[in-house]
Amino acid sequence: MIEWKKSRMMVSRELPLHLLILPSVICLLVFNYTPMVGLVMAFQDFKPRLGFLHSPWVGFKHIHYMFTYPDSIQVIWNTFLIASLKIAANTVVPIVFALLLNEVRMLVFKRFVQTLVYLPHFLSWVILGGILTDILGNKGIVNHLLSGLGVEPIFFLGDGTWFRITVVISDVWKEFGFSTIIYLAALTGVNMSLYEAAEMDGAGRLKQTFHITLPALVPVILVVGTLALGNILNGGFDQIFNLYNPLVYREGDIIDTFVYRVGLMSGSFSFATAVGLFKSAVSFILIVVAYRLSYRFGNYRIF
Amino acid sequence: MYRNTIAYRWFTLFNTLLLAVIALLCILPLVHVAAVSFSSSTAAMANQVFFWPVGFTAEAYSRTLANPLFLHSLLISTERTLAGTLLSMALTVSAAYALSRSFAGRGFYSWFFVFTMLFNGGLIPSYLVVTKLELTNTLWALILPSAVNVFNTILMMQFFRAIPKELEEAAYMDGAGYMRSLFAIYLPLSLPSLATLSLFAMVWHWNSWFDGLIYITDYRQYPLATFLQTIIQSGDMRNTNINPAQLQILSERTVRSTQILIGALPILLVYPFLQRYFVHGLTMGAVKE
Repeated sequence: MIEWKKSRMMVSRELPLHLLILPSVICLLVFNYTPMVGLVMAFQDFKPRLGFLHSPWVGFKHIHYMFTYPDSIQVIWNTFLIASLKIAANTVVPIVFALLLNEVRMLVFKRFVQTLVYLPHFLSWVILGGILTDILGNKGIVNHLLSGLGVEPIFFLGDGTWFRITVVISDVWKEFGFSTIIYLAALTGVNMSLYEAAEMDGAGRLKQTFHITLPALVPVILVVGTLALGNILNGGFDQIFNLYNPLVYREGDIIDTFVYRVGLMSGSFSFATAVGLFKSAVSFILIVVAYRLSYRFGNYRIF
Repeated sequence: MYRNTIAYRWFTLFNTLLLAVIALLCILPLVHVAAVSFSSSTAAMANQVFFWPVGFTAEAYSRTLANPLFLHSLLISTERTLAGTLLSMALTVSAAYALSRSFAGRGFYSWFFVFTMLFNGGLIPSYLVVTKLELTNTLWALILPSAVNVFNTILMMQFFRAIPKELEEAAYMDGAGYMRSLFAIYLPLSLPSLATLSLFAMVWHWNSWFDGLIYITDYRQYPLATFLQTIIQSGDMRNTNINPAQLQILSERTVRSTQILIGALPILLVYPFLQRYFVHGLTMGAVKE
């Protein structure tokens, strides 16, 4: 009896916690979980008029179509290629940059560099897209400078191969500074006496970097690297959408932009959802694997 | 000492130069656009502008600021940024506080939140949900779907957890319930974190453009980021419903540069504050134990 009374008291005491979390739960339920249920339309011929409940079921028709239709195969390949290049570049460049920045002794200069390189991260791709289309265009400042060097104008945003290169480089340009933060934080944790000991043994700076600094970064690199796996089908919608044009659809179109055009512009809701489902499913599996791996390697947990 | 070797001195010189060049490369495109925006239209068209205005004039600014469409989108952006930040901070704080306590159901809620980071329904179903709820062309469409930011909630939860439990226990002894201790103890203690997360939410809202593009069908009601997006992508006429004559003026190079710069201005203004906090915030949630 007393036990029962006590537990009822606990429940009423804990009630405010449930009430506090309720609004967020409702929001997630409506705007995150309902769309997950809505994914069933990938297996229907969805008509907005009929809704999820009454649209005819067609099984794997759209999934099958996705893997046979040349455009969608090309789009999946583009996404994979662009995303992998980005992951590779966005892993290597920040590490090298952090190592170079770590050698700077002038604190004022270090702060100055950090302030400038972190900035592009906070500007949206709409702004950066506007800037890039301006400077990389036919008459832009970059081609202007190149022609001064006697180089023929390059169609950075109008030629498929150049478009891919531009996308990867401009993504690195935007994010490398911000990505160095985590490495710089790890570098401050390196035990200084290791360097002193190495110096006693006559190791030069290069040797110290390879035998002390880099190994100290390995756990962080592993965690960041494995978590990046979840992005293998993330080509960067904001960026591509603000840079591409019909000239480079073949080489530059990615899953997300394709889903937008096919689904919202042309109204093929079900097919677009099927392509989107493919991305969500693959990403889900990879994220789960990545979290398990990074928990094992780096003891990283989100909760 | 390696620092005195000739090789290392050369390296330092080379390294300093390299880092300076890289740092400048990050900012020069923005400087160029700023220079164009203050240049005369003819100089800009003739490609004479590099990193300093040629034929200095603020005409592009007066034309941009005289454009009612631009001003209205500025207003919409301000509205959504304020309302969106307020709403999402209220949700973040209340959910994070609940998740930071141990109570029956916490495990379930945690998974309920985290799962949305792992899997999502994608664009089309999300779009249909918002349209079915008839939120299109309202401010709600811009602030409700993204109101819960799970990542921020986790950050805030970790912060609440770091506050000594003894404080709350003492308050409990004095008869304060959870609500009371949230408002009287936890919130006052976490004002710096609240400020940081709010700043990030504001930047996020200011920069958001895609929701405006799909959920707002009347271009006169676009937030600034969406408005800019349409102007910049104006080569792709299918995306826009602004009339061609007006587009001609809006997409002129100096005016376009001006619009880009004004769009970036709030971010540039809060950037010093952002920079003070994000290093801490970013490493706080990452590597632990």
